[in-house]
Amino acid sequence: MTEARTQSAFRDAGLSALIALGLFAPLIGLVTENGDNGLTLRARPIAVAVVVVLVFAGRLLMLTRAPGPPVPRKPATNEALRRAGQAVAPALLVFALVLPLGGSRYYVDLATLVLTYIMLGWGLNVVVGLAGLLDLGYVAFYAVGAYSYALLAENFGLGFWTCLPLAGILAAFAGILLGFPVLRLRGDYLAIVTLAFGEIIRVVLINWVSFTHGPNGITGIPRPTLFGLAFSMDGGEGTFAGFFNLEPETIQRVTFLYYVILALALLTNWFTLRLRRTPLGRAWEALREDETACRSLGIDVTVTKLTAFGIGAMFGGFAGAFFATRQAFISPESFTFIESATVLAIVVLGGLGSQLGVALAAIVMVGGLELLRSFLSFLAEQMGSELFAGIANELPLYRMLVFGLALVVVMVLRPRGMVSSRAPTILMEAR
Amino acid sequence: MLSVSGLTMRFGGLKAVDNLSFDARMGEITAVIGPNGAGKTTVFNCITGFYKPSEGGIVLTHPGGARFALERMPGHRIAARALVARTFQNIRLFAGMTVLENLLVARHNTLMASSGFGLLAVFGTRGYRTAEDLAREKARHWLERIGLLDRADDPAGELPYGAQRRLEIARAMCIDPVLLCLDEPAAGLNPRETEALNELLLGIRDGGCSLLLIEHDMGVVMRISDHVVVLDHGRKIADGSPAEVRADPAVIAAYLGEGDEDDVEGQAA
Repeated sequence: MTEARTQSAFRDAGLSALIALGLFAPLIGLVTENGDNGLTLRARPIAVAVVVVLVFAGRLLMLTRAPGPPVPRKPATNEALRRAGQAVAPALLVFALVLPLGGSRYYVDLATLVLTYIMLGWGLNVVVGLAGLLDLGYVAFYAVGAYSYALLAENFGLGFWTCLPLAGILAAFAGILLGFPVLRLRGDYLAIVTLAFGEIIRVVLINWVSFTHGPNGITGIPRPTLFGLAFSMDGGEGTFAGFFNLEPETIQRVTFLYYVILALALLTNWFTLRLRRTPLGRAWEALREDETACRSLGIDVTVTKLTAFGIGAMFGGFAGAFFATRQAFISPESFTFIESATVLAIVVLGGLGSQLGVALAAIVMVGGLELLRSFLSFLAEQMGSELFAGIANELPLYRMLVFGLALVVVMVLRPRGMVSSRAPTILMEAR
Repeated sequence: MLSVSGLTMRFGGLKAVDNLSFDARMGEITAVIGPNGAGKTTVFNCITGFYKPSEGGIVLTHPGGARFALERMPGHRIAARALVARTFQNIRLFAGMTVLENLLVARHNTLMASSGFGLLAVFGTRGYRTAEDLAREKARHWLERIGLLDRADDPAGELPYGAQRRLEIARAMCIDPVLLCLDEPAAGLNPRETEALNELLLGIRDGGCSLLLIEHDMGVVMRISDHVVVLDHGRKIADGSPAEVRADPAVIAAYLGEGDEDDVEGQAA
């Protein structure tokens, strides 16, 4: 590296450090504390120094790493990568199947949550990834599914398995209902209307108190049964534990719920993968690529868009019904915009249209956040020194910051998502 | 075959097409030419349903005798029922999808009909698989004709420009049209590719599909078209065989831009 480049790199890094100092001196360097006579201000110079040095070093590293020509991957490496890629999905499936055998309630609960998001991601993937319709209100269908089941169970005493298809159908209707007004809209305009639709559903749920119990939500939603066997704690006749002569335990129900959502998610995946290879699926993808050309080829754009909204919403409804039965309690608070944003982030981060990518992104975004929390707590415990006092106990609070930064880095490095390759839906030399 | 009568298209105060009438005959290549801004693409958009004409009628008669009033049909029906296919001035392929997928999207309606609105296709019933094989064979036929069979499974966006042009024509042909409308198919092609395009278009005509063509390349127009319609400022200024049109003083004036309208009328008289 030349003298001049080193110099300019140092100057640039110094400038970055200066900006960081200006930014973080008030943000991190000053803390207000409740003292004896009101609030007092405490300075934390060391914390600021750590951040500034990190920024300086990071910028220097970025600049001094020579941007040589990109080294082309050897064909052998490519082949190996492709093989490894093919092994990822089966490996994940096997892992998902054996996970509850570990017997840890914490991990099964976490995996259930991750699978719910995977299923939502796969459902939204139909709308956003395949048909290219940006939907910011996907949580509306999740809410419709959840409330459909909760209200049907409350008012008519129907069970989970009866209500599951009904919840899907009702959510699909909601999807088609949303589809009609937005048929003529594209891109940003479409996104805004879907965003509003998500809010409308939530506001209706809050205010229609006589029907939905408003902000109080619905409690005592029945749990699903295994062919009529309930998972109750009394262990009597007609319960799971009673039938198999087992000691009734909560973990049995948790594990059962886990397998229910796993089956639902796999069904979603299978259906979507098959759908992609049908004329309807290809029409969706064509619609995403060029709507005008679609029309010139005689494709009814209206119907095609409505089916995408309807089928995407149906999967959201299934996931919603599952959410209701798992929580046994739902309220409008569970269906805020942040849920839509999380699911959309999962789809975009995973790679639009890629089933495997969505699964990986959901694992990273939902599971990864949990793991980051425990990691940061662990790190904080290790920092016993007086030097870090005041930072250590706050470290877990920074998990969102770290996480957001990680997402930005992933999207900068892989703008088209984690899995950006697209498999053709049909080949010339068949089979 | 195609009869355009009194077609007028207004955009606000601007008359892009003014009381235009012409016929395109069955089994012929009809070229629509004219200087930039003459309204050629507007006429195309009216015929293929992308614009609703302000006035006038467009009637298409199928070889079997069925008649369609195109000005009253929604855009996608014109392709699906009246079997009018088109290509675009700036290529509109499904760039992320493979070459074969592009052609199969054009078979959408046939495939949907054979699979119970796509639902049976999810379960891979035999009826659907047969229909899909047929669609693949049709695609293979057209890929052979445009010389892209070996690239069938590559993304369409990765093809060279000339190949994309040919693919767009093949995709339009996959809806089995009776009338194919081409918007400047030779734009940006080198002489060898243009020669191949001429042969392809003549082959399509001899296969029984009529063609309507917008083109700036006079070499192409004069060599392959049977009938030429010349537009200027939204009006028809000449209509006839290529030789007649080439000798028409009004056409020469419009293209060379010499003299004003009085001059032209004086010469024509």
